Amino acid sequence: MILAALQFPSFQTLSDAVGLGAIYALMAVGIGLVFGVLRVVNFAYGQLIMAGAYTLAFTSGWPVWQSILACFGVVVALSLAMETVVFRPLRGQSPAVMLVTTFAIAFLLQAIALIIDLRDDTLGEVAASITSLNEPVTVGGVDIRKITLVAVAVALFALGVLGLLLTRTTIGLHTRAAASDFRTARLLGVRANRVIAFAVVLSGLLAAAVAVMMTVQFPLVSPDFALHDTIIVLVGVVVGGIDRLWTATLGGFAIGFASGVINGVLPTENTVYLPSVLFTLVILVLLLRPAGLFAWGRRAAVERA
Amino acid sequence: MRRRADAVVELLGPSALVIAVGFVATTASLANQVYFMNALVSVAIVVAIYVFVGNSGVVSFGQISFVAVGAFAAGVMTVPLDSKKGVLTTLFPFLRDHTIGNVPSLLLAAGLGGVFAFLVGLPLMRLSGLAAGIATFAVLEITHNILREWTKIGPGATTLSLVPETTGPLQATLGALIVIAVAFVYQRSRLGRQLRASREDPLAARGVGVHVHRQRLWAFTLSGALAGLAGGLLVHQLGSITTEQVYLELTFLTLAMLVVGGLTSLWGAVVGALAISGLDSFLSQAEDGVHVLGVKLDLPAGTRLVFLASIMALVLILRPSGLTGGRELRLPRRA
Repeated sequence: MILAALQFPSFQTLSDAVGLGAIYALMAVGIGLVFGVLRVVNFAYGQLIMAGAYTLAFTSGWPVWQSILACFGVVVALSLAMETVVFRPLRGQSPAVMLVTTFAIAFLLQAIALIIDLRDDTLGEVAASITSLNEPVTVGGVDIRKITLVAVAVALFALGVLGLLLTRTTIGLHTRAAASDFRTARLLGVRANRVIAFAVVLSGLLAAAVAVMMTVQFPLVSPDFALHDTIIVLVGVVVGGIDRLWTATLGGFAIGFASGVINGVLPTENTVYLPSVLFTLVILVLLLRPAGLFAWGRRAAVERA
Repeated sequence: MRRRADAVVELLGPSALVIAVGFVATTASLANQVYFMNALVSVAIVVAIYVFVGNSGVVSFGQISFVAVGAFAAGVMTVPLDSKKGVLTTLFPFLRDHTIGNVPSLLLAAGLGGVFAFLVGLPLMRLSGLAAGIATFAVLEITHNILREWTKIGPGATTLSLVPETTGPLQATLGALIVIAVAFVYQRSRLGRQLRASREDPLAARGVGVHVHRQRLWAFTLSGALAGLAGGLLVHQLGSITTEQVYLELTFLTLAMLVVGGLTSLWGAVVGALAISGLDSFLSQAEDGVHVLGVKLDLPAGTRLVFLASIMALVLILRPSGLTGGRELRLPRRA
């Protein structure tokens, strides 16, 4: 009965789903990079994006490139600060403690943002510098929003550059070594702090890029900006397989794409049940492939002792 | 002798703390009473979570779904009949046309929480580590989504109000004590010890014949029942509730209480819940201005969350095993 009511996904739905998937994939890389070297599931990642979005909002009077530059500066600085103050003292702690600490940091940043935001007595700021990218272009009779094209292009570019960095440079090699076995890598002369700083800066850059692209689609910035997206991406990353960067990335893309498609094919009166459908799928995938949807021939992700 | 004394202290320590808070609640002014009641209901919720998370070492983000189910079951079933037919018109007829008392509603909440947890746990308890965490989180999302949208079983996205406020200081204290006592009996029982063994070393536990999946399922079900009961206490304390109040924020806050207190002990769960909710109450008073040691403290609005989050983060960074170090309360021993 319900199945009969499903609509076949239109090209429009698919293109929006790909755009969402691309942004989620970038977030997944940012979360996966930090997990790789630090074994921290960084719940506060969304608040980095939120900080970037607020920077864009507060600098919306500036020329666009300066505003974007400020956003990158703030986010990278914040993510380095988070590493020094929070992650470094927690190295080697149990996953539960680290996760709950990042909850606390997320709450903290959100509360600070709330205080800053409420100085003008209204909740929410508008980041409206580059909303022109939200307008559609028509390709073969289908409207595709420019931001979808930009998101896909940026995602492909960023993943390409990241791939080159990780495979063709010394620091990239060290990072991958540290991600697969931190202790052995250190014994072999990999400098832990440099590798961690490298991963943290990269993940900050990605967060800033995501902030820019998300404010184009959702120009109203509030303290819970990107919070729900981060939760969904965290789920996607684990479903994809958090142990490896590329499975985590695919997981992020998959969950973004899936929620876009499910939203498009559910009958209109039932779209409110999107989370139920999505998370039921998540549970099924986890039960069938606990090590990750894309992790073939590997055992379940183990937290490092 | 020693071991028996240990057991007595392990149960009486947390209980005495709860009774003390309950006693202060009866003497406090009506305006302040709410803070003590919040603390007691928090103890019930956090200890319920502890029964599974603390004993098994598997982090679950899903226990608040059982609190939500308990809260809405107890709430919907106790709204007086004459107002119910006017407000909750979309309910299934058998829900709309019946109302039960306070105690039956708490039992119903506990029962539903337990049954729901058992059904969910049956497949999910095979998972461990991050996969288990994410799967239980998915349960929270689904529960919230359905409670929020399906108006045949509850108020949907609107506020459920007119619930009798039967959770006074006495019921809150008794409720918290019951949850603590059940948690104590469980962790001292054969089943509890098997689960705790599997927390320390799953392989070794399996080697000596512990059925890890089954033990986790028992703990998850028991935890679900206690969480349901705590949800019933909560709704009867508040008198009105929305689905947002038993969702993400409560999940994070209660988990933080557990970790700040010390994940692996009953004493830690109780201390963490009381410490954080005490701090929270103090800070929300400080936002309105409060006198401390003769100095008037007047914090600007919004700083409550900043302080709360900073202190939580500080405790976790400086003392990752929690305030109690994850150990039970013990009498000091002579060397």
